[in-house]
Amino acid sequence: MPVWDITFQFVLLGSVLIGCTSGVLGTFAVLRKRSLLGDALAHAALPGVALAFMLTQSKALPVLLAGATMSGVVGVLLIQVIVNQTRIKADAALGIVLSVFFGGGIVLLTHIQQSAVGNQSGLDKFLFGQAASIVASDLYAMSVMVVVVLVLVGLFFKEFSALIFDPGFLESIGFAPRWVDLLLMSLIVLTVMVGLQAVGVILVAAMLITPAVSARFWTNHLLKMVFISALIGGLSGATGAWISALAPRIPTGPVMVLVATGIFVISAFLAPQRGLIARWRRLRANHWRENTQHFLRACVELQEQVRQEMKEIALTELAQVMYEPLYRVRRLAKYLVKNRQIEISGDTIQLTEKGYRDGVFVLKSHRLWEYYLVYRSILEEDHVDRSADEVEHILTPEIIERLESILVEEHIDVENVSSIHATESGFRKAGQDG
Amino acid sequence: MPHAIDDAITPIHIHDMTVAYHKKPVLWDVDLAVPEGKLVGIVGPNGAGKSTMIKAIMDLVPKASGWVRIYGRSFAQMRQSIGYVPQRESVDWDFPIRALDVVLMGRYGHVGWLRRPGKIDREIAESALEKVGMADYRDRQINQLSGGQQQRVFLARALAQDARIYLMDEPFSGVDAATERAIIEILMELRSRDKTMLVVHHDLQTVSQYFDWLVLINMRVVAAGDTATVFTEENLNKTYGGRLTVLSDAAQAVADHQRGVS
Repeated sequence: MPVWDITFQFVLLGSVLIGCTSGVLGTFAVLRKRSLLGDALAHAALPGVALAFMLTQSKALPVLLAGATMSGVVGVLLIQVIVNQTRIKADAALGIVLSVFFGGGIVLLTHIQQSAVGNQSGLDKFLFGQAASIVASDLYAMSVMVVVVLVLVGLFFKEFSALIFDPGFLESIGFAPRWVDLLLMSLIVLTVMVGLQAVGVILVAAMLITPAVSARFWTNHLLKMVFISALIGGLSGATGAWISALAPRIPTGPVMVLVATGIFVISAFLAPQRGLIARWRRLRANHWRENTQHFLRACVELQEQVRQEMKEIALTELAQVMYEPLYRVRRLAKYLVKNRQIEISGDTIQLTEKGYRDGVFVLKSHRLWEYYLVYRSILEEDHVDRSADEVEHILTPEIIERLESILVEEHIDVENVSSIHATESGFRKAGQDG
Repeated sequence: MPHAIDDAITPIHIHDMTVAYHKKPVLWDVDLAVPEGKLVGIVGPNGAGKSTMIKAIMDLVPKASGWVRIYGRSFAQMRQSIGYVPQRESVDWDFPIRALDVVLMGRYGHVGWLRRPGKIDREIAESALEKVGMADYRDRQINQLSGGQQQRVFLARALAQDARIYLMDEPFSGVDAATERAIIEILMELRSRDKTMLVVHHDLQTVSQYFDWLVLINMRVVAAGDTATVFTEENLNKTYGGRLTVLSDAAQAVADHQRGVS
């Protein structure tokens, strides 16, 4: 196993560098909504690699990458020309250029492989990437480019973030967004080119996109996103290099991309706020809260019917007015006991001080909102209850206060509207009474 | 204009400005001299060129003809004296950035290329946030703010620019009543310090209450001057009624001609 020999250290270091840089620039590319442009760029680079080799007969990385950069940039410019001069939209233009350039590249590559010099040319590593082919001089060239790219990102961090967030404002204060954008695009081009050898033209864009979108799940802060994205990219690079070194027939690029994608899937599920599980939990919590609020409101409404402050209420009676099966009402009751909002004895419950207060608040929100909607003629009267049912759970005390003050300003008797004894509107569960 | 305009004391002087998008004129022959220390409303129907006028003042869209002078100089020379509040919908509010960082962008013009905002810039940004009542939200991510709060952050960014002239594109659109009140109070306070403000506005009901000077536009300046004299039914009819069909037909014809359609 070629584990810690010097060659492997080169390979590992190279892959980590590529992963980190792609992660950093990918953050900007993704936020600027330029992810696919990286893909077009990479595919369009292939004929450049082949042409550079045919013209110079050299396999030196700087020569090949110069060719790659030129044809990549020509491809991207061509997309611009097509979009500007014809009625073809950007996605179609991108598709056309990407496949034509890539097809041309494959033709040239096949031609080289079949010619006398071609057999050891090893240019096919540019298709899927082969980190194992990174040698000391490659690493040196790579490091220089990576340092240049990262230093420029550091220097222009404030300009880049303002460009992406609000280009119009950036221009109004005298920073030509066109130049800032050109610089950012150039850095993205450089990053893609550095990644070509290890990851290959087909998948290098994935290293630009995947770490960045994964990082977005974990943070709401640009600088942190850049670091997390770099970390994910670096980790994918290291793992990819490792695995492809252990099993030399496995190309590096796909492994790196698979690792990055794995991290993406984990992020999408587990991230604390934006993750799917967190989102699902929030939905459930909301649902639970809504149900308990309905419960408390039903209790208060039942109580006000008999004009008795602390009445005992049978669960069966509650189930009836809430249009809920008894077992669900029982389950809600158990939860509310834990919250000290009700007390339960056998099959009857009684609101505690706290439960009564909370229930009155929900009821008041409901009625104020209901009244506000009707008063403002936003809704017909028979549509109001449902809408109030949904809204009462999200109204905060501040909004209620404002609602009250609006109605007071317009000479509406708020006490009368929200007084819990004044209205005969019975309890109805949203959507179940038609 | 009946008498000569002294450019040196005129915040914004626009002369014979025509603006075209894709060769289709959207603003014709604008002549306008905005006096200092006024809260100026720019009012007109959709597509009248209100935003375009503001953008053309700041060279954000190219002018087909005419010029703009800011206190007698070009916009490029006077950039630092101008604060800008773009339309709230013009940016992506899911961008990962905190409220304070957005406000700090208002200092970038003073900070310049490559340098980072310093301690003083930070203090200015924080006091701007405080002025709009958002001090408690400085570390809040902008995607967690309500529409009204986002608009306040935008206003705070313009305040951090510490300008003499403020150009605002629909600062009242989609905000709650409390925010609208807070914003108008700040604008009136700015006016009391002799700042000049151009505000694109939609709600005709509040025009005479908010603005002491008014520009009615519909592809050209219909009327401009003190609100008391300009805000008349006749002028509003000219702005909103009639549709100025001749001009818009002419614009279409010019565009068609240039594209080689006709």
